Formats: sequence, structure tokens, C-alpha cells
Amino acid sequence: MSVEIKVKDEVLTGYLSGEIDHHSASGLRTAIDRAVEVNMPSLVILDFERVSFMDSSGIGLIMGRYKNLSKRGATLNITGTSPYLYKMMRLSGIERIVKIENKEKKQ
Amino acid sequence: MNAKNSFSMKIDSRSKNESFLRTVVATFASVLDPTVEEISDIKTAVSEAVTNCIVHAYPDTIGKIYINCEITDNTLTVKIRDKGVGIENIAKAMEPLYTTAGEERAGLGFAVMQNFMDYVRVRSVVGRGTTVTMKKNIQVRYGSQKQR
Ligand SMILES: Nc1ncnc2c1ncn2[C@@H]1O[C@H](COP(=O)(O)OP(=O)(O)OP(=O)(O)O)[C@@H](O)[C@H]1O
Ligand SMILES: [Mg+2]
Repeated sequence: MSVEIKVKDEVLTGYLSGEIDHHSASGLRTAIDRAVEVNMPSLVILDFERVSFMDSSGIGLIMGRYKNLSKRGATLNITGTSPYLYKMMRLSGIERIVKIENKEKKQ
Repeated sequence: MNAKNSFSMKIDSRSKNESFLRTVVATFASVLDPTVEEISDIKTAVSEAVTNCIVHAYPDTIGKIYINCEITDNTLTVKIRDKGVGIENIAKAMEPLYTTAGEERAGLGFAVMQNFMDYVRVRSVVGRGTTVTMKKNIQVRYGSQKQR
């Protein structure tokens, strides 16, 4: 599991890959929070295209980042969700607080 | 028809075992010729139950997780048990978004198990531990070539 961070202007994109569970979530959390701290983006996009597995720890990761970014006045968007990941996201109701881009493409 | 088949194991409540356990159960179930979606459902539900043992049942120690898996006909039964702290109010614990673990947990583990599996039962005694039993029926698909 890893996250590759790219920054362009005020947009920070985190390309996640591999399996997101409780074991891997804490490393991802630290990496994303540190990158946000350093780059101070106004928009963060988390790209799930290369995520092969995710349980509710992934939802916790998104919710935690959302709270963190809201405090800074920044926005969080999600992209690249496969039908399987989207099923998980829909169950969580996370779409009420976080915008999910491009989901139609993969449904 | 599948002849009954089962396995049991006992494993330390270490987070690195989460991926091992969900993979073992999914691999065991593969004889039922599940779809990709059914495999994902099983892996996710197992990951939820196992993570709960690690995070909640044994918060400050490494305890044992007991897994029992059985295939009868076209049904997979997974039993995941711990001897941890137990759950005082099971109905409340199973409510979506209920969590005792703060900002980084969604409180969705039981909701995922109930949505992704066909049957979920939770038994728990405070101070003694918790047992989660889950079942998934794998439909026999027409044209399937798998020898069962
Ligand atoms: N094996 C267990 N032993 C003790 N308490 C448990 C156990 N499993 C669940 N619980 C309790 O039930 C609550 C709800 O569990 P659930 O899996 O639904 O959510 P969570 O683990 O808090 O968050 P998430 O699963 O979304 O990361 C937990 O917060 C915990 O208090
Ligand atoms: Mg849980």
C-alpha cells in the first residue's frame, strides 16, 4: 500500500494504490497529513483508481481527512472509484460530505 | 453438491494478519466458484470482523483470534471469535456510524458485514469475548465449469 503525492498550484492529488485496511491506513494518514501540512492546498483529490481492496478503515481515512481539511478551509474530492469501491462509499453515506468525481464512468 | 469441508485456525491479533486472514477465507471459498463481487464481499466482511478483534477486543494487548470456516452445499459459514473485552450493548454497537474509537473510525464494520453477507449473528459477553458468525450463499451459476 502506498500513496504518491503530486502538487500543482493549490491542488494536491494523492494517488493511492494497493489494499487499504486498518493495518495500512495509519501510514497513509501520516503521509497525506504531512503533505497537506507542507503544501497547504485548497483542494485535495484522493485517487482510488489503483486501490484493489478497501474496508471501512478506508472510509475512516476519508472522514478523518475531510475533518482535518475542513478545519483548514480546504476541500476534499474523491476520484477513480471502481464499482466495488463505490458500493462501499455509497453504504457509508460519505457522498453527503465529499464529492465523488467520475464515478459514472466506471459503473 | 459440495461435501462438507472445514478448517480452523488460531492467530495473534496483529494488524498485519488482517490481509492474510481475508485472503485465506476467500481462497477457501473459491471452490464454490464465487464471482469477483462475491469474493470482494467475503474479503471485506472478514476484514471487518478481524479488525474489530484487533482494535476493540484486545485494545492494549495481543490476544488470539479464532477462525472457523465451513462450506456446506453452496454456503460459506465463517465464525470469528475473540476472548477480549466483549460488547455491552450489541444492538447499539451494530448501528451504522456507532463507534467507540474516535475520529479515524467510521463505525461501519457491522453495517458492511450485514450488507455484504447473507447472515450475521453477534454473541458477546463483557469480559469474556465476542463471536461473529457470518454466512454467504454462493449461487450456482449456469454454465459454470468448476468441478466441485
Ligand atoms: N470484537 C469486538 N470486541 C469488543 N467490541 C467490539 C468488537 N467488535 C465491535 N465492537 C464494538 O462495536 C463498535 C462498532 O463496531 P463497527 O465495526 O461497526 O465500527 P468500528 O469498528 O468502531 O468502526 P469501523 O469498523 O468503521 O472502522 C466498536 O466501536 C466497538 O465498540
Ligand atoms: Mg470495525
